[in-house]
Amino acid sequence: MLELALFYIAASVALFATVLAMTRTNAIHALIYLIVSLLAIAVIFFLIGAPFAAALEIVIYAGAIMVLFVFVIMMLNLGEEGDARERQLLQPHIWLGPAILSLVLLVELLYLISTVEGPASSGSVSPKDVGLALFGPYVIAVEIASMLLLSGLVGSYHLGRRFLDRGL
Amino acid sequence: MQDFVWLIPLLPLLSAIFLMVFSSKLPSTIVALFGTGSVGLSALLTCNLTWQFLQDPRLITVTLWTWIKVGELNANVGFHIDGLTIVMMMIITCVGFLIHLFSCEFMEDDTSYSRYFAYLNMFVSAMLVLVMSDNLLLLYLGWEGVGVCSYLLVGFWYQHSGNGHAARKAFIVTRIGDTAMMLGLLILFTELGTLDIQSIAASAQARWQTGDFMPTLACLLLLAGAAGKSAQFPLHTWLPDAMAGPTPVSALIHAATMVTAGVYLIARMHGLFTLSPQAMTVIAFIGVGTALMAAFSAAVQTDIKRILAYSTISQIGYMFLALGVGAWTAAVFHLMTHAFFKALLFLGSGAIIHCLHHEHDIFKMGGLWKRMPIAFVSFLIGSSALAALPFTSGFFSKDLILLSAYQLEEFGPLLWAGGLLGALVTALYSFRLVFVVFFGQIQTLPDKENGWRIGLPLSILCILSLVGGYFSLPLNNLFPMERDSHPDAWVEMVSIATPLLGVIVAYILFIRTPSRIPKSLISPQETKFSRILFSGWKLDEIYDRLFVSPYTRSTSVLSHEPVDKLYNAVVLINQKLNAWLSFSQSGRMRWYMVSIAIGFIVLLGIAITIPKGFSQW
Amino acid sequence: MQELAVPLNHVLFVSTLLFTIGMLGLMIRRNIIFILMSLEVMLNASALAFIAAGAHWGQADGQVIFLLILSIAAAEVAVGLGLVLQIQKRFKTLDMDDANRMRG
Repeated sequence: MLELALFYIAASVALFATVLAMTRTNAIHALIYLIVSLLAIAVIFFLIGAPFAAALEIVIYAGAIMVLFVFVIMMLNLGEEGDARERQLLQPHIWLGPAILSLVLLVELLYLISTVEGPASSGSVSPKDVGLALFGPYVIAVEIASMLLLSGLVGSYHLGRRFLDRGL
Repeated sequence: MQDFVWLIPLLPLLSAIFLMVFSSKLPSTIVALFGTGSVGLSALLTCNLTWQFLQDPRLITVTLWTWIKVGELNANVGFHIDGLTIVMMMIITCVGFLIHLFSCEFMEDDTSYSRYFAYLNMFVSAMLVLVMSDNLLLLYLGWEGVGVCSYLLVGFWYQHSGNGHAARKAFIVTRIGDTAMMLGLLILFTELGTLDIQSIAASAQARWQTGDFMPTLACLLLLAGAAGKSAQFPLHTWLPDAMAGPTPVSALIHAATMVTAGVYLIARMHGLFTLSPQAMTVIAFIGVGTALMAAFSAAVQTDIKRILAYSTISQIGYMFLALGVGAWTAAVFHLMTHAFFKALLFLGSGAIIHCLHHEHDIFKMGGLWKRMPIAFVSFLIGSSALAALPFTSGFFSKDLILLSAYQLEEFGPLLWAGGLLGALVTALYSFRLVFVVFFGQIQTLPDKENGWRIGLPLSILCILSLVGGYFSLPLNNLFPMERDSHPDAWVEMVSIATPLLGVIVAYILFIRTPSRIPKSLISPQETKFSRILFSGWKLDEIYDRLFVSPYTRSTSVLSHEPVDKLYNAVVLINQKLNAWLSFSQSGRMRWYMVSIAIGFIVLLGIAITIPKGFSQW
Repeated sequence: MQELAVPLNHVLFVSTLLFTIGMLGLMIRRNIIFILMSLEVMLNASALAFIAAGAHWGQADGQVIFLLILSIAAAEVAVGLGLVLQIQKRFKTLDMDDANRMRG
């Protein structure tokens, strides 16, 4: 019972924080909301029996990736005029059309998902199981992920170095 | 002597090459010496060869080298000389020599003197290869060689575009026949496996029955080639226009030698043609039809050379008639006598034209008999022979043809009557020519005298035209047995009397009562019928309508590339599509995102609305 | 199996909602920083769906895929933010509608 209540609270927090993150005009504010949303999702992970995923969500997503965002936003040094500009762009006539589209998509997806039944969790999946699966049947996927990360590393180094060389 | 046979065609060829290489640097005497001398030497060698052949009549075969050897095809450059070849060689070299001699003076003022002799020598060489060849492929080489020389010489005065047009016409029209002939050669080769003339006759007779389809087809194709070269209906339209060339060229190529190549070809292939009576009948009717058509056309012409051109067509028609009725000897005999008297007539007309400021219209001549006695005598003898008056050479040969035609079982009297009518018209137009040109009022005065180089060939040809009928051709055992030419006496009498009647009519019309000459015989534009005759039975116009204008029209349509329109449309559609799609590439990320969302929605919508199909997948 | 466990479809509803919100953000925002954030939200939503499915069957596969998504997100953000810096330098703006030189 407690589990169910916690889930609904966490889900509400996640959704609410995400909506706020998407509608902020200040990037740093939006980022904080996004971190809140990620933390709430980590709670959901934990509740449905994926503690390892929950830990990674906090450490990598909310920690590493979001810190990267914060650094970049700080480097860009966006001022008050940026906020005003963003506010101007968030008029109803801009978001109404996309909102309707998204609503239609949502209805379609919910309709498809509504047929799914059963509990979300059938016991906890330990990090050991995840590790065995990762380096057992999914070893190729690990290799691919490592190559992807390597290319991300090289790409961001390349882009960022030229940025730093010429100075901002 | 036999070993030097190959020198006969080689000498004129060497001279031609020499004259072409050093064309502009030679003085005209050297040009004349080489041009005439080489043919003269060939003529001497030929006379020697003939003398030996008459002493000891046996075949001479000389194989020089293998020309083409591919698979079964084995064509030699080889010569096969028998009686028929001897006759042709004598005509080509001797008449050719006389015409060369004539040309020396006739062309003296021309700036392209050496070019002229180079072409003429090349022609003689090619013509000799044609008649001496022992296989059909080498014969075809000579055949095309004379065609090229004819083209070059008809268009010799290329400065006038009309001459170039006439040359192209001659070349293209004969090419139609040549293509058919090539097909005939291919049929013979695929069926018989050889192109050697002697083995073709032997294996054709072994392989095919008389009247089979294959020999008939091959014969008709060869006949088309012969008709093209020899200016027979329906491919004869080029010859009157070919008179654009210099007059000695007309004498040599378009009267004495090249145009008789078709007759030679059929006579040479007689072993094949006897297998196809149908083809023989076609030949006979083409011959008599052409003879009549051309004779009527000749009767209304006013250009002296066109009269002679039509009469050449007509006389070759007689040769074809002879071939068609199986009178091979008569055909070759008429070929020879015709070469003599027609060369004489052409050279005589050349002599007149030479002295009368290149005037061609016979009604602007007149009364020339006192001024130009040699030309007058030449024309008198030549026309008599052409009209086949008794005891001239033409009389013997044409009489032989008509009597042979009469004795044919099928159509014999019909062919005979046609030939007789033609003979009447022939006598009429040939003496019309003589009376108009040499009698009556003097219209144009000659401005110069002709020298010995014109006089001598004319005199020799006069003698040949008179006594040519008494030559006995060395054609024994060459052709299959022919019918004994002794029909009823009345037939012979009528054959002799008809030309005389024509002469008398001409005399009455043009000498006795010049005031009552039918207008159509003087100015052919007067009546409708004579207009048709004057234009050569409107065949040029018909061919123009049937072949030339559809061709030019289709080319003008095709020059706008109608097929490409389809592909251009594809290109256009792609360009439109590209413009439309590139409009959607706005460069705005949000727009792309919206597009992706719409696509996603549509796909999901499809998935929802067909849940069964979706779940089955 | 617990009686009052979290129903799977409710977790998926949350995931779908998050995904749709992310997509909406992608469509309405013109600032590239927000575009990248929206992408993170969408990736995260799909990760939630994978985790839920994996948990439903008691298998580790869902979490493996989550790890892959995590590495994709990390690489994408690294390159994306590098691009942000370059765009800011070249165009002096973060508005992606202004940086539309690659239009057709």
